[in-house]
Amino acid sequence: MELVCPAGNLPSLKAAVDNGADAVYMGFKDDTNARNFAGLNFNDRGIGQGIEYAHKKGAKLFVAINTFPQPSGWERWTQAVDRAAESGVDAVILADIGILDYAANRWPDLNLHLSVQGSATNYEAIRFMHRNFGIRRVVIPRVLSASQVRHVTEHSPVPLELFGFGSLCVMVEGRCLLSSYATGRSPNTYGACSPGSHVEWIEQEDGGVETRLGGILVDRYQPTEQAGYPTICKGRFEVQGKEGYAIEEPTSLNTLELLPEMMAMGIGAIKIEGRQRSPAYVAQVTRVWRDAIDACSRNPESFQVDENWNRQLSKVAEGAQTTLGAYHRSWQ
Amino acid sequence: MKLSLGPILYYWPEEQIRQFYREIADSAVDIVYLGETICSKRRSLNLEQWVEIGQQLQAAGKEVVLSTLALLEAESELKSLRKICGNGTFLVEANDLAAVNICAEQEIPFVVGHSVNLYNQGTMGVMARCGMKRWVLPVELSKETLHELQQHRPDGVETEVFSWGKIPLAYAARCYTARHYNLPKDDCQYRCLDDPDGILLNTKEGQPFLTINGIQTQSAQHNNLLGVMEEMKAEGVDVVRISPQSRFTPEIVQLFDQRKREEITLQEGMDAANRLLPLGGVDGYWRGEAGIQPTEI
Repeated sequence: MELVCPAGNLPSLKAAVDNGADAVYMGFKDDTNARNFAGLNFNDRGIGQGIEYAHKKGAKLFVAINTFPQPSGWERWTQAVDRAAESGVDAVILADIGILDYAANRWPDLNLHLSVQGSATNYEAIRFMHRNFGIRRVVIPRVLSASQVRHVTEHSPVPLELFGFGSLCVMVEGRCLLSSYATGRSPNTYGACSPGSHVEWIEQEDGGVETRLGGILVDRYQPTEQAGYPTICKGRFEVQGKEGYAIEEPTSLNTLELLPEMMAMGIGAIKIEGRQRSPAYVAQVTRVWRDAIDACSRNPESFQVDENWNRQLSKVAEGAQTTLGAYHRSWQ
Repeated sequence: MKLSLGPILYYWPEEQIRQFYREIADSAVDIVYLGETICSKRRSLNLEQWVEIGQQLQAAGKEVVLSTLALLEAESELKSLRKICGNGTFLVEANDLAAVNICAEQEIPFVVGHSVNLYNQGTMGVMARCGMKRWVLPVELSKETLHELQQHRPDGVETEVFSWGKIPLAYAARCYTARHYNLPKDDCQYRCLDDPDGILLNTKEGQPFLTINGIQTQSAQHNNLLGVMEEMKAEGVDVVRISPQSRFTPEIVQLFDQRKREEITLQEGMDAANRLLPLGGVDGYWRGEAGIQPTEI
């Protein structure tokens, strides 16, 4: 089981490799990837340095080109595929059908992974991507229960990559337009949910904070509360007189305890979310997951989650609490 | 341009559905999309009964399309999907790649629904190779992108635009209706039946923002493209879609039809539409802006 870790810059990439990542994923400095935030990501020189560092230490490098071009931007995406292929990356992580088609024809030997943004929640969708474009791996949206994941693995023509830790999308990735309804920019079109340009933090007279996205009030915090980044699905709203987290609490996914089950299913890789996070986050999370995967591989039957691991992960989790998410049926 | 009626996105009891389509049979819509697209637990009608309603609508001169689930997770859902795709009578709307795959393998022609991400010419070409007969513009895309995509549209493929109704914005594993009523999804007690147009979600300062509809999240406001029908026609749009609501749908169909025939002016049409929209209409996506931007007329 491969451990795939995020890098928004070279120090994070080094932190991932040095702490035991089998593969690191990254993106270019533009809207061709779903973490298009200021100050993040790589230019061609950075990718080259990243590949050199990773390969020297036996790790793989993947490039995510996982947003959806419109006709006017088409060449930027095809060029991103060309740049990644020419620089010798080990795989590209794609979401758009048109770009998958381009990559499969132009670079027949390039490893294609289907991004989580490709919204494949069932094996028929995976078969479509495999039959048409020869994908070799699929990243599964964070919406399936563990038993549904098992069923998909039994029928999928390619290995699955599952999210193990990090911020949690509660909506099917690649099909969430909440951000664009408020701002005109979605992860699909722009590569960012709640783009920073549309975020406002407004101090209140009482010492509290209001957070807004595109002018829309996402949450209002008491002076005693820690204000979170305004993603709509984690805001507090009013529904029929009830105020609260109508969609989802701010929480992180943490599936350490499912490791033996995921290994038994034959899951190909575990993905850590967080290209927008710091090198310290990447180092911490990678180290914990490396230790956990190694422990589980040595002896899956007696595997137990080390409380120290969970403590370390909780320190860097969003909202400082974690959940098994959809993998645990009760969450649904 | 033809008028279509999208699938009912809410959970209505059987008699309400039947009564609704009896009224639609007498309306000006040309195409009717039938079936459950949101949640497999909503079973007011089974496939045979949907087909029966389809036959009645067909007898009334309508083109009928069977629509399909947008989010498929369980084997039982794939099984139902295969039955719909193989119905042998009606065209199928694919709202997930699962349906595209099944149709393509069996050489069954299909409509690509708006929840499949057809954002560019490359995807358009792949879908056409697979058997696409019509595509629905993804709801967040603009007139400008539509214009570019129309240049790449293969012969024989029709273009449809989601023109009226609360905008489908997201799909999740969780059921937000059940969550609102403090029920687990597995024991939701079919509470969607209580809210025939979904549940309104406001911001903390009382701004209407979203609609909760089971596992789907919609806009609170209605998309209203009545005012841009001429622009759509100029862009070569073949089909204008109206998404059903529990009230006033026949009136809305009539308004679009009157506007299409230029029996009423733009202003008359928009005034009449706005009277039916207590939260106002939006058309920001069409104009390349935030979807929530209100219509200007």
